[in-house]
Amino acid sequence: MSEDGIGLGDAAPALALPDTDGRETSLPEPGEARATVVVWTCNHCPYALAWHDRLTAAARDYADRGVRFLAVNSNDAERYPADSPEAMAKRYEAEEWGMPYLHDASQEAARSFGARTTPDVFVFDDELRLRYRGAPDADHQDPAQGAAWLRSALEAILSGSEPDPAATEPIGCSIKWR
Amino acid sequence: MAARQPNVELLWWSGCPSWEEATRLVREEMAAAGLDPEEIELREVHGDEEAEREGFVGSPTIRVDGRDVQDPGEEPAGLTCRVYRLRDGRISALPDTGDVRDALRAAAAAPREAKR
Repeated sequence: MSEDGIGLGDAAPALALPDTDGRETSLPEPGEARATVVVWTCNHCPYALAWHDRLTAAARDYADRGVRFLAVNSNDAERYPADSPEAMAKRYEAEEWGMPYLHDASQEAARSFGARTTPDVFVFDDELRLRYRGAPDADHQDPAQGAAWLRSALEAILSGSEPDPAATEPIGCSIKWR
Repeated sequence: MAARQPNVELLWWSGCPSWEEATRLVREEMAAAGLDPEEIELREVHGDEEAEREGFVGSPTIRVDGRDVQDPGEEPAGLTCRVYRLRDGRISALPDTGDVRDALRAAAAAPREAKR
């Protein structure tokens, strides 16, 4: 793991965070899921909102192929009340997510992964090694892109090949650090 | 007759990457409207107090003769990325090109004494 978080090939840091019902949720154990997607997101960023439906569609599409999705919100909820646990729960209740929405109050998860933006997508293989990191696709304004980079990475991992691209520049709002 | 050059401001915050693309968009639309694209005033907003003072509801905020290109409604001031609605309903980090174009053309066509 580098000072700025994890790099391709690194193991996922430990993650145990409460979901919108307060239940602690962790990464799967190695070998438990064929792939795991951890995506940093939030309630108020236009990039996160624009990409949200594409991410939840991918979560639904890959659920029965052994892929786990987790969404994490690490923003400072004091300065940004739209990202408070209450606001997260309200939004989660009102929408279809297809993945738990976790609150990283200490921001330690964001720091250990090296998450920078919302969204910021980390895709791990069955041994929880990082195989793709970056944006869901090339254009937040174009729903037809359909989270193509994320889906391409998942297809590669599920078929035993290397994601291409394996890394793209995460584009979005900066995580709101305390 | 040359178009009246309205006062075009783009307020931005470094935590949101869309301001550079927004600047390009505004400059292109200024040129298309017969305005000098170099006359755009770029202003970085640095802190919460400044955001409050400026009525800055998110980055980028674009004003033509003091009027926001998309009504911010009741959005509170603060350092954040601005959520725009495009004319087809999509959410975006950028305003709809049509909103920028309409604001610039209306201001350019306005009588000179109407400038604030």
